[in-house]
Amino acid sequence: MMDVLLVLLALTNLALLGSSRLGACINTVALQGVLLALLSLFAPTGECSLRLVVLSIGMLVLKAFVCPWLLRRALRGARVSREIEPFIGYTASLMIGLLALGLSFWLSERFPRLRPDLSPLVLPVALATVFSGLFLIVSRRKALTQALGYLVMENGIFAIGVALSQELSFLVELGVLLDVFFAVFVMGITLFHIQREFDHIDADRLSSLKDWSGRFPKMAFDSETKILREGHE
Amino acid sequence: MRLLDIISLLLGVLLAPLLPGIINRTKAFFGGRKGQPVLQLYYDLYKLLGKGAVYSHTTSWVFRAGPVVGLAAMLTALALVPCGGQGSFLKFQGDLLLFAYLLGLLRFFTVIAALDTGSAFEGMGASREVQIAALAEPAFLLGLSVVALETGSLSLTGIFERLSFETWASAAPALLLVAAAWLVVFLAENARIPVDDPNTHLELTMIHEVMVLDHGGPDFAFVLYTSALKLWVLGALLAALALPARTGHPAGDVAVFLCGQFALAVVVGAIESTMARLRLVRVPQLLVAAGVLSALALFLGLVR
Repeated sequence: MMDVLLVLLALTNLALLGSSRLGACINTVALQGVLLALLSLFAPTGECSLRLVVLSIGMLVLKAFVCPWLLRRALRGARVSREIEPFIGYTASLMIGLLALGLSFWLSERFPRLRPDLSPLVLPVALATVFSGLFLIVSRRKALTQALGYLVMENGIFAIGVALSQELSFLVELGVLLDVFFAVFVMGITLFHIQREFDHIDADRLSSLKDWSGRFPKMAFDSETKILREGHE
Repeated sequence: MRLLDIISLLLGVLLAPLLPGIINRTKAFFGGRKGQPVLQLYYDLYKLLGKGAVYSHTTSWVFRAGPVVGLAAMLTALALVPCGGQGSFLKFQGDLLLFAYLLGLLRFFTVIAALDTGSAFEGMGASREVQIAALAEPAFLLGLSVVALETGSLSLTGIFERLSFETWASAAPALLLVAAAWLVVFLAENARIPVDDPNTHLELTMIHEVMVLDHGGPDFAFVLYTSALKLWVLGALLAALALPARTGHPAGDVAVFLCGQFALAVVVGAIESTMARLRLVRVPQLLVAAGVLSALALFLGLVR
């Protein structure tokens, strides 16, 4: 049962890396939330306690419904449906996702197995999830996909927690969930404001907003510099 | 050599042209038509074999050798493939690599025969075929290595003799991933719809059909029969993987296997009726995804 959940988790990572539709990506991340909630329900050794069920349900509600809902709202506001030109193409991203998966299998062989009762796939898949999240953040242009990458990374960290700890600490997990909720909430608002100010959510173009570094940023201000120079002459 | 081994070879030789017929009938059913007779390919082969061949002056012996070598390669591949869990005509350790390379040989000769005509269209089809095959082959071979790992045998016969529902119970995720990857490879290698449209007559969009435009008469009959055999052997692997039923009696096993083959043909017909052909730039992505599924299955197999 756990194996199936973990393989599905690995597949959602790869699907995220290979898909260009932002709506589909959000749905995939929501599916990851469901998988993680189930995983946290199945993983612990002890009997099914009340707080575990509460934690799982909290996670399900937050990661599978609230966060995707917030992001979907931001998506509607931004009026984009696709990541047009990622820094790294989808086929190459898939290959890199596969490499990351291989790397995490290799790495986790070198970790001591703290939970021999769990499936040996937990740690590698969790590591691969973290890697995929990181990769999404650095390789995609749209701020929305980067927010998704953050969520995926957080999912991976949670899965690592499942793999390494005997018992999930209730308060810590609740705190993390709250943090994630606020982070996504703030990201949603930020996305909305970026979209309203600049008419796009391409995060890489925001670098032209940084302080003046000796010369004018090329793309945005070329025409104005020309006018300025002409004015001086 | 048992009688059953010869029977399994003969079954393939005789029943292979039935599969395209079943696919066509399924598509006709979805389209609300009556469709061609199921035996249409047999009639076509009979008709084509009765014709003479015409060769262009610009072609060399390569063009004539293409269909013959292809047919020989596929017949050998058919001899390697077991009929369900039952024996095959030829078997030895490592014959799965020979199988993969026989597919490669068929492709190579189809491609150089197409290039030999000097036609621009056929060259384009050849280039596409090679591009697609380069991506489909890793997916197929990785999948084979997963199945070999799970069953601990390096011959196709050994693999499918040992594969059973117990293997499925112990390694369901890995085998399911391989089955999914092989379905994509099956569709791509046989030029079926998400990758290529076998019915199209617009050269710009064709892949397989455009390469065999210049063959006629018996040569074209060989080409058609070879494609049917390819459909049969790749389908046989997929059917044997998905339905490893053991009835306890050889005839029962063969019956289950045939049901699997025909069910696969119906599934292909359903896929063709409900899906559109992918844009050509999306095809590599699909095949890489299939390769990734196979590789993930291999990781799963190695970890346990």
